[in-house]
Amino acid sequence: MTDLLYTDVEESLRSSVRSTLQRSLDEGLAARLYDEPGTDVSAVWQALAGQIGLAGLLVPESLGGVGAGPREAAVVLEELGRTVAPTPFLTSAVIATTALLAAGDETHLPALAAGERTAALVLPWTARRGAWSPVQGSAEPVAGALTADLFVVPTTGEGGVTSLRAYEPGDVELEAITSLDMTRPLARVTVRGEGSEIASGQAAEAAVDAALAAGAALLPSEQLGLAQWCLETTVEYAKTRVQFARPIGSFQAIKHRLADLYLLLVNTQAAARYAAGTLADDDPDQHVAQALAQAFCGDAAVRAAEEALQLHGGIGMTWEHPVHTRLKRAKSDQLALGTPERHRADLAGLVDLPAH
Amino acid sequence: MPDQQQSPDLRQRVDELLASHDPATTEPSEFLGARFDAGLAWVHFPEGKGGLGLSRGRQEEVDALLEEAGAPGPDLGRNSIGLGMAAPTMVAFGTEEMQQRYLRPLFTCTDIWCQLFSEPGAGSDLAAVATRAVPDGDEWVVDGQKVWTSGAHNADFAILVARTDTSVPKHAGLTYFIVDMTDPGIEIRPLRQITGEAEFNEVFLSGVRIHDRNRVGAVGEGWKVATTTLNNERVAIGAGNDREAGQIGLVAERWRRDPSVRTAGNHTELMQWWVETEVTRLAGERLRQGLEAGQPGPESSAMKLAFAHQAQQVTGFALELAPEEGLTYHDWTMVRPEGGSFLGHGPGFRYLRAKGNSIEGGTSEIMRNIVAERVLGLPPEHRPDKGIPFKDVPR
Ligand SMILES: Cc1cc2nc3c(=O)[nH]c(=O)nc-3n(C[C@H](O)[C@H](O)[C@H](O)COP(=O)(O)OP(=O)(O)OC[C@H]3O[C@@H](n4cnc5c(N)ncnc54)[C@H](O)[C@@H]3O)c2cc1C
Repeated sequence: MTDLLYTDVEESLRSSVRSTLQRSLDEGLAARLYDEPGTDVSAVWQALAGQIGLAGLLVPESLGGVGAGPREAAVVLEELGRTVAPTPFLTSAVIATTALLAAGDETHLPALAAGERTAALVLPWTARRGAWSPVQGSAEPVAGALTADLFVVPTTGEGGVTSLRAYEPGDVELEAITSLDMTRPLARVTVRGEGSEIASGQAAEAAVDAALAAGAALLPSEQLGLAQWCLETTVEYAKTRVQFARPIGSFQAIKHRLADLYLLLVNTQAAARYAAGTLADDDPDQHVAQALAQAFCGDAAVRAAEEALQLHGGIGMTWEHPVHTRLKRAKSDQLALGTPERHRADLAGLVDLPAH
Repeated sequence: MPDQQQSPDLRQRVDELLASHDPATTEPSEFLGARFDAGLAWVHFPEGKGGLGLSRGRQEEVDALLEEAGAPGPDLGRNSIGLGMAAPTMVAFGTEEMQQRYLRPLFTCTDIWCQLFSEPGAGSDLAAVATRAVPDGDEWVVDGQKVWTSGAHNADFAILVARTDTSVPKHAGLTYFIVDMTDPGIEIRPLRQITGEAEFNEVFLSGVRIHDRNRVGAVGEGWKVATTTLNNERVAIGAGNDREAGQIGLVAERWRRDPSVRTAGNHTELMQWWVETEVTRLAGERLRQGLEAGQPGPESSAMKLAFAHQAQQVTGFALELAPEEGLTYHDWTMVRPEGGSFLGHGPGFRYLRAKGNSIEGGTSEIMRNIVAERVLGLPPEHRPDKGIPFKDVPR
């Protein structure tokens, strides 16, 4: 059985990510991105990439990376999820990087690992392992593209074989899409010209599937962190907000709701850790683990954010309170890389529980 | 209550109205004025006040006939507070003068209303309002701060609950007023919502003078009056007349139009929400038919609870149904809308806006408490401020 706990190394990585975020990310930034989508947020990523080497976390040391694995990436995503930090960690350092690693790329990875460039896998943000098709000219909605310097695009090459190609910014047209979650804005991406081939045929398809699998294995950790923030913030609020001459947290109905949410998060944590761990171990159960975590954690994070909003009352409905930024991320994350409904269907196939 | 056999034939009245005011050529506010005068605004209101003294359930017949004829209805989006709350409260507790002055322009939507109830420290615990009204001759001088006031920026008038006595327990020291929103001393600041829009506001009242004529109900009876308003609000919020009228209709429409969203898992969920929404619609209909008298009771809280739950579940589902579209949003630009909209804009807006359904007009938790205590008769929670003068309650 894969290790479902955190190691000391992971905990110390967590505290450095947390303290770097505390220093480099102001609480109001997330909400500001809805009004000023062009706001330069690169400083946050530079701090994380520069001080902790997050850009190359999954890249081997031989290519200039840190040589860590999915478990560590999961812990990073928990912290990023708590703060809904606008960084390309998931899209570039996890998904696009995994595609390049799986394709055996040595050309582009060093610059990515060094944090000099970021990359985006050009597929709709709803794509999942085994359920995507090569891009015909353009794709939408693509995550992580607006700030990317490298575009990794599965296309159809000669003879109808899948070809994974790299495009430079000059060969790509980007059109921003107004997104439900502006902290991870989406775009329509149109590619022109040939780009350069990274892999072709089965190798290309396997690289894309590996990237989507890594996304599916690690997005649940972002959802976990987000959900934990919602629970903690709401527990604190329930202790201090007084109505009917009592803190609202003294109403048994509220206590039970928060206790139930805690139980939900205990499960979310187990599912997220299992997905990260099985990916790290290259465990044969990893695809089950991914579908399981995607089916569970997306709904759990949405529920946590919805509960947080509700238990904050009118304040939760306002722009002033940060809970809305969490709800928008949680709902978008639930749709990202396959909805829970799609993953339940995938899971049914994996564990031999056919619908008919 | 006159029984149905003796009551005037509603169809005949509607026909007369349509004959004298062709909906196609008459200005909407003029048409609505004539409808009010014909007693067809709210058939359960008294004659001369927009009604005919019939049972509440019969309004539906009128609405259906008028809709069929293409007649304009009152603007519920812009004036939901006036139509749904201020009007019934005024009929129950207002003076004759007040009813004559306010009801008709309210129905024609010439006057728009808002509700100055909630405060930073008094939301669910509405009886904890701290805004003070102090008598001065035949006027009251009001000071305080209100919050989450929907549509205050468009409103001509407001209903207000203020504290007139701090030496008695909290429920006994409240009084209910009508305020002219253009009066000096009223400042309205936009408060932005999760949707990006500033649908509600903060309202600051400093030295606002209200004539005693505009007091609704007796001094110290504001809680009783406000309860009537809130019960009506809950009916108004929970109301939905036609099959597939609310959020479920938009999802059903999408399903019929777009085969690409159809999966087995989604279908199960769609049908589950369809069944729940339809059953709740029928229960609401039953409640309305049962309401012979004009005033809804605590049972209406159950409808509001169900409405909020379904609106939230269905709008959330709508995003999952078409995830590529669900990831997008129509526009984040901050605007101060003309009226509240649950169904407008794109699915993302509807999802976020529906989050307010379980908060505005009393939260779902409070609705459950009302059902538990007032419908089921369960013992109340311990309330440490019970029987204590408001001024001595620790806050
Ligand atoms: C979109 C919107 C529009 C609004 N429009 C208006 C308006 O036009 N005019 C107006 O006056 N007000 C308006 N409101 C305010 C609304 O009525 C209040 O927000 C609501 O009553 C809740 O009060 P609160 O926000 O102070 O939450 P709180 O009372 O602080 O509640 C916080 C949480 O505690 C829970 N809670 C509180 N007491 C109990 C209890 N006894 N048992 C169990 N749980 C409890 C609540 O349910 C909630 O989940 C609006 C609110 C919204 C969201």
